[in-house]
Amino acid sequence: MALNIRTYRDLTEPDRSALVEQIGAQRRRVADRMAAVRHVVAVLSGKGGVGKSYVTAHLARALGRSGRGVGVLDADLNGPTIPRLLDAPAGGARPAHADAVEAAAGAEGVKCISMALLLRDGMPLAFRGPDAESFVWRGALEAAVLREFLADVAWGALDFLLVDLPPGVQRFAELTELLPAPPAALIVTIPTPESADAVRRALRAALERGATALGVVENMVGGPFAGSAADDLAREFGVPVLARIPFHPRADVWDGIAKCIGGAA
Amino acid sequence: MKFLCINCDRQMVFEERQLPGDGTLAAAFRCPECGRCVAILTNPMETQLVASLGVKIGGRTVPAQPMETVRGMVVTGRDNAFAEDGKRETGNGPTWTAEAQERLARVPGFVRGMVKRIYGDYARDHGIAEITPTVMDTARSELGLEGM
Repeated sequence: MALNIRTYRDLTEPDRSALVEQIGAQRRRVADRMAAVRHVVAVLSGKGGVGKSYVTAHLARALGRSGRGVGVLDADLNGPTIPRLLDAPAGGARPAHADAVEAAAGAEGVKCISMALLLRDGMPLAFRGPDAESFVWRGALEAAVLREFLADVAWGALDFLLVDLPPGVQRFAELTELLPAPPAALIVTIPTPESADAVRRALRAALERGATALGVVENMVGGPFAGSAADDLAREFGVPVLARIPFHPRADVWDGIAKCIGGAA
Repeated sequence: MKFLCINCDRQMVFEERQLPGDGTLAAAFRCPECGRCVAILTNPMETQLVASLGVKIGGRTVPAQPMETVRGMVVTGRDNAFAEDGKRETGNGPTWTAEAQERLARVPGFVRGMVKRIYGDYARDHGIAEITPTVMDTARSELGLEGM
């Protein structure tokens, strides 16, 4: 005879572990920190090697030059490059207070956090844990690091927090789940049709998760990469081409994008 | 995850957590009606999955520390990556015996500042003026701080 067992949701007695409440507290911590940030912009591509970090850093510096409060969260945990691109000192200690760790200060007053600030030189990001089947838990730990970069850094009041994403769409999905509202998305591509293919998938995934696409930045234009990826994507998704960055860009290119983003966000 | 005593139709309540230090975890639950106890034993991978979420079985024993997952789980961090705010250690804060300091020095630098803050807060909350290895053992046991 089958046992008559109440289901999980039938059990309403107090739960000392309160795991759901603990997760809720984590989310509130993110929301509280992000309440002082006017715009979160995810810089994404889906394609590796198109210059997301380069665009992120130079856009951040241009926004900083225009007088805006800017932070950059380096969400590429395994290949972090943002501190170097922002000329932020990598070797110092991050002051840790009771409720937050201080961000590093880069050029033009841009704040940043990155695993590059925390790891030993030349060492990969490695976690404590069993070696076998690490693929099962590593993704959850990386999402936890992203959560702490959002919630536990003393970002202060910012006009823009730019999130430099690694290739692919998974980190964007994690970001969207952690934030109180989906971020805006700035799409970076190079001109080639191969890049357009990869970016199309990532952009579609971002839009399905509620992101607002600010527009497309086409990087490395006029170099060895031929094609019309930015125009194709802009037409297909109904978003503007915000800039075409030459292979050897002048500084005022970035100020132009900053003006677009400042007005569009 | 919840536990139900089928005989009593009562939800079992968390009783105790043990972290032997080999990556496994034991958590005991008791039926408030009949007193029957059961324990859930997790292997290192299962324990790691829970830790990856940043939650504590049995509830939080210390307030969330900034970047506690980063500092507690990353093994390739720089020793001097963090400089702990010393404000709360001034004035009438607890002192550390030489033996306790020696033991603290064995904690990896990446997480040491956070661990020191947790022990300091524990001592302050319990009116303890001097932190000794015994105090550290008691705090570790009460707070469920594996490897600290």
